[in-house]
Amino acid sequence: MDQQAISPGSANPTNVERKSERELAVTRLFDAPPHLVFKAWSDAALFQRWWAPKSFGVNLVSCEMDVRTGGKYRLEFAVGDQSMAFYGKYIDVVPDQRIVWTNEEEQDGAVTTVTFEDQGGKTLVTYHESYSSKEALDEAMTGSAAGLPEQFEQLAALLATADA
Amino acid sequence: MVQFNSTSLDASFAALSDATRRGVLAQLGRADASITSLADQFHMTLTGMKKHVQVLEKAGLVTTEKVGRVRTCRLGEGGLAAEAEYIDAQRRLFEARFAALDAIIDELKQEEENGSASD
Repeated sequence: MDQQAISPGSANPTNVERKSERELAVTRLFDAPPHLVFKAWSDAALFQRWWAPKSFGVNLVSCEMDVRTGGKYRLEFAVGDQSMAFYGKYIDVVPDQRIVWTNEEEQDGAVTTVTFEDQGGKTLVTYHESYSSKEALDEAMTGSAAGLPEQFEQLAALLATADA
Repeated sequence: MVQFNSTSLDASFAALSDATRRGVLAQLGRADASITSLADQFHMTLTGMKKHVQVLEKAGLVTTEKVGRVRTCRLGEGGLAAEAEYIDAQRRLFEARFAALDAIIDELKQEEENGSASD
């Protein structure tokens, strides 16, 4: 199945913004109602197919997600022969509207909120990362702060240098 | 590979968090300007604009030079590059993710339509 056949001309624009000194937000409109977009974010098999873009050379090798308030998740990525795990729990889930999760693989990990907003049959997705402090966000952004596992640096470097 | 300097990124993002300062940068991207003319354009006092310019200057986004009684502002070199690079990397990541997500959502839409047609 080929998921790479995308017509760039038809894609809705993706907006990335630093909302405050400790918050980042990504917004994007999708041409489908919220229940379908929510499904693609909350079904592990579907999520695994799009979260790690093939063009970035990162594989999401395993994906466990129990998307309900109090549920947990664990994602394992592979980059070359390195692997790394990301995990945390869902602290607020409202089907078709909102998913909020923690990122516990690092200290001071962000709380991520994704909202699905109905806009006349389309869905405005807002992906919002809120860090405990501006230092935490800066560390996450640079990926080079002392104490971060080497894999994070590699991932950050990979993401920062990926081809357009 | 771009090396991010945490401290300067920090100052830059703080500088960019304000709409007026982003406007000033956009304006300076078109042409150098004096603080007085910037104050006029953004309908604020000279003192207010001076403060904004100082924040931008500290972040390395703007340089100023005083000639006679006029202080001229221009875009700093390289200051924007690191932030832009980071935001751009994020945008590219999410664009790639969302392109794949679009394809999956299309499938789901198709399934839903087929499903309801056969009910």
